[in-house]
Amino acid sequence: MISFVKRFLIALIIIAVLYALNLAMSKEGLFGFGVPLYQVDLWKMAGINIILAVSLNLINGFTGQFSIGHIGFMAVGAYSSTFMTVYYTQGLEQWLAGILGASVAAAIVFALVIIIGALAAAVAGLIVGIPTLRLRGDYLAIATLGFAEIIRIVITNMNKIGGATGFRGCVDPITNITCSDPSLGRLTIPAYTNFFWIGFLAVITIVVIYNIVNSDMGRALISIREDELAAQAMGVNTTRYKVTSFVISSAFAGVAGALYGHWRLPHPNDFTFVRSFEIIIMIVLGGMGSITGAVLGALVITFVPEVLRMLPGGVYNYRLVIYALLLIIIMITRPQGILGNYEIASWLKRARKRPEGGGAIGGSTGAPIAEQSDSTKKSEKELENR
Amino acid sequence: MDTFVQQLINGLNIGAIYALIALGYTMVYGILRLINFAHGDIYMVGAFAGYFIALKLGLGPSWGGLLFVLIGSMVVAAIFGMVIERFAYRPVRKYARMTTLITAIGVSLLLENLFVALFGGQGRGFPQLINDTTFPLFGNAAISKSQILIFAVSIALMVILQWIIFKTKVGTAMRAVSFNLNSAKLMGINTDAIIMFTFALGSALAAAGGVLTAQYSPTIDPLMGITTGLKAFVAAVLGGIGNIPGAVLGGLLIGVAETMVVGYGSNIGIQSTYRDAVAFAILILVLLIRPSGILGTTVQEKV
Repeated sequence: MISFVKRFLIALIIIAVLYALNLAMSKEGLFGFGVPLYQVDLWKMAGINIILAVSLNLINGFTGQFSIGHIGFMAVGAYSSTFMTVYYTQGLEQWLAGILGASVAAAIVFALVIIIGALAAAVAGLIVGIPTLRLRGDYLAIATLGFAEIIRIVITNMNKIGGATGFRGCVDPITNITCSDPSLGRLTIPAYTNFFWIGFLAVITIVVIYNIVNSDMGRALISIREDELAAQAMGVNTTRYKVTSFVISSAFAGVAGALYGHWRLPHPNDFTFVRSFEIIIMIVLGGMGSITGAVLGALVITFVPEVLRMLPGGVYNYRLVIYALLLIIIMITRPQGILGNYEIASWLKRARKRPEGGGAIGGSTGAPIAEQSDSTKKSEKELENR
Repeated sequence: MDTFVQQLINGLNIGAIYALIALGYTMVYGILRLINFAHGDIYMVGAFAGYFIALKLGLGPSWGGLLFVLIGSMVVAAIFGMVIERFAYRPVRKYARMTTLITAIGVSLLLENLFVALFGGQGRGFPQLINDTTFPLFGNAAISKSQILIFAVSIALMVILQWIIFKTKVGTAMRAVSFNLNSAKLMGINTDAIIMFTFALGSALAAAGGVLTAQYSPTIDPLMGITTGLKAFVAAVLGGIGNIPGAVLGGLLIGVAETMVVGYGSNIGIQSTYRDAVAFAILILVLLIRPSGILGTTVQEKV
């Protein structure tokens, strides 16, 4: 009972903090304290990236199945949810607004379309996952990449959702130009998304993935990552667990897509495979198989390019070159990512236990090296298996 | 019939370029099990190297000039490939798959952004090194000089590659390394040098592809390698990654499929804008039926 009260209080505090932050990020600000618009956008993007990275980490980091098609499911979520708000939910929202007030009605409708986006992405995940998860390693990676590209190209060819020019609002099915008749649908996608929604759903994502990882299912997933054959021999239904985690992961990508779609208006160019790589970079940088690592990676990848914008004139043009170089150097010097397999809490505990100044920086002691030699062993095993 | 022949010629042409690039992917994968995502950008580097050589020497249309530009760009790209292998891939070779993959993506971003920063993102016209004329075959079908050139050069390069791999000492060493790296090391093969040579070879082939494409469609830009590179990679996987004839087969197959969709897709309700999706659709179908590609060999997993 006490733990229930405690959890409830924590949830309330998180909501209150997010609400206050949301006010601070609005135009008016909170108690005269406001965040510049440009930084607000960055924090929103960071939140969406956290949802994407944490959810991809479930399949890539914990289940060990190498997917590089995450952005495709985000696209499905973005387009299906905006499709609903443009063509179908307007009447519902007006009806609800008459009873509950405009802002509550908008919130209910948005929650509804986020769920629709998540479900659509989950269905897409199921359709993609069932055939492709039979494949292993690099073949799985390239098949998921292929599916994501196909999803993007199909979207590019659908005129009702804007096609190659991006989706802004209602498109007349006959003339293929923006509607002039409001009865056909909304003329612009409503901008429901604010920082509260993004922050709230990022927290939900983290909590759900954390609970999955620390449950029976999580242990089954990790056993698949460590050794699929052994897991199968122990009676783990590997196919079912792989597909389930893939579907859950896709559903959260759909949530991220719904948030993105009602903020930036979806465009096919936002969902290229290059963006999929970006999400993978986040989780590898933060440490595969670490939820806090994925959060950290998402923050780093969102903010580092912006920090590099502050470089002085002559170097400014080379900021993306520096970004790429940093990425390579980090991979060479810290291949297991910033946190490796650890969560921030246990990582700090370990760091405190470590003797002062002794070899920690040189990296000759401590668990990360053990993990590193593990992967060396693994690749050696792969070499033997050829 | 003449439309079909025309589409076939165009398709095989694009396919030959994909095949040249796919060979680099497949050789590197065969030896290191590394998806070298920077390989498409090496193709771009090759095209740019050719562009600057031709521009600096003020070369006009001549066979000698073309040969010089081709060989020059291949050498430059080979050097790029070796430098990348030495300073980016060798340090991460022993780490987990994901780490090496991110390094490859990093190198790809580095090359793209470096070339954008140095030369700007806009397209440049590649100087024409041959007087492109078309020869009528029959009906409306025709073949152009640059298309003949692409066929001739790519076939010649593939024959040379085949000779290097199967008839020379270094080729034997390459095959040994791809068969088993550790045993090859025990047999006294300098594996580091062989891996570097593989990168040089693959990069040179990609550069040749870059220069040849630039003769056929003469606009080059720093991001030209992204889509072409991805499709070439798909071609390599399609044929069975690590398998050299497979890469050629996959490249030609994807090239022909693409032009056929453009030519005949509308008859069966597929718009020509789906052209880019065809490669992936074929890939997924093939992988679901033969998980290791058309010519790939399935490796039994050991417990």
